[in-house]
Amino acid sequence: MIALLTRDLRLAVRAGGGFGLALAFFLIVTALVPFGVGPDTSILTRIAPGILWVGALLACLLSLDRIFALDFEDGSLDLLATAPIPLEAVVGIKALAHWLTTGLPLTLAAPVLGVLLNLDPQGFVWLVVSLAIGTPALSMIGTFGAALTVGLKRGGLLLSLLVLPLYVPTLIFGAEVVRRGSDALATATPLALMAGITAGSVALLPFAAAAALRVNLR
Amino acid sequence: MSFWEYANPRKFMALTDRAMPWLFTLAGVSLVVGLVWGFFFTPNDFRQGSTVKIIYLHVPSAMMAINVWVMMLVTSLVWIVRRHHVSALAAKAAAPIGVTFTLIALATGAIWGQPMWGTWWAWDPRLTSFLILFLFYLGYMALWSAIEDPDTAADLTSVLCLVGTVFAVLSRYALIFWNQGLHQGASLSLDKEENVADVFYHPLLLSIAGFVLLFIALVFYRTRTEIRARRLYAIGLKERMANA
Repeated sequence: MIALLTRDLRLAVRAGGGFGLALAFFLIVTALVPFGVGPDTSILTRIAPGILWVGALLACLLSLDRIFALDFEDGSLDLLATAPIPLEAVVGIKALAHWLTTGLPLTLAAPVLGVLLNLDPQGFVWLVVSLAIGTPALSMIGTFGAALTVGLKRGGLLLSLLVLPLYVPTLIFGAEVVRRGSDALATATPLALMAGITAGSVALLPFAAAAALRVNLR
Repeated sequence: MSFWEYANPRKFMALTDRAMPWLFTLAGVSLVVGLVWGFFFTPNDFRQGSTVKIIYLHVPSAMMAINVWVMMLVTSLVWIVRRHHVSALAAKAAAPIGVTFTLIALATGAIWGQPMWGTWWAWDPRLTSFLILFLFYLGYMALWSAIEDPDTAADLTSVLCLVGTVFAVLSRYALIFWNQGLHQGASLSLDKEENVADVFYHPLLLSIAGFVLLFIALVFYRTRTEIRARRLYAIGLKERMANA
């Protein structure tokens, strides 16, 4: 399992893996927003939590179809399916690798973009905390979507149509944590609910994703 | 004689063949009577005026939008557990009907909301969860149409339906947390004293019954079409095998 994780990480980081793409996309999306709504700092402060979360979510979406597509094409997914480790564990590792290469960098880069959007100083801690807790759910849900669409020729667009509605609860609670944090309100409730979504996704979705993969490899 | 015998496509076709005319007649009669009664023979509401009458379309279609999804969930489960093809095809047949009901509910809601709340749309939990339900239907239908092999498509859409249900329910409660709304609470609960007044209630019940019957009739109709399409597909496969 660790070998699989390091292999996936290496593939993602080396050339052609698109490792930096998600980060660059996140930067561009958040940098475009002020052009759209104007440079008024008070407006930017108010919408910053939502924009940062939506930006992170879209950046996450960008690299989802790579999770299984390359392995499916060169046949290594068939080998993984027949390997002695259960397919559910493979899915979990794939999601973890996706999170380490997109979710984690996004979390670490978010405060910098928060400065660009004039996020309230009290919000920075909560931005990092909420992204750190919420992005694993995004990776896991996305892995499920990728498993559903892996055999399709034009799966990319369909993938976003399937996955984005599933992201709604995470987005609501994530942005709410940052908003409440910026206004110095209690953040425990949305944070706990979001952690619940993450825990539930990580616990249950590998089974659904593995079931979908088995169908697609049939 | 058990319920599962109707999982046999031939039995299903024979039963629905006999039931179809009755279902369509009953649905038509209760819809016409319910809607005509509701539109022309009930008083105007003292505050809402005649706009209240859109309730006879709005409430039944909104109820059905959710019930159709539940029906798809049940048929998907039956497909996954017992592998009855009719069940998977019924789920496929129900989705476009469900999405239509969702659209009707959203559209009539907007038309009703404009004079009453002064806005076509509000980011109210109920409205927003219907919008999300609409997206779920679209994703479900898109996945059906994207996969060529019918059994693979049935499997994957069933898994999507199960996961989607969990997330649809989650979104519903997350949205209540997110924003308090303009929409009123439930007005047709069975266990509550305060419901819609009886003058509106009886024609409303009749039009709800009409919507349910119409849905059953349409689902049977579309499932029959799907079964025939599957037979054609099987014949085509056989021909190709014979010629190869």
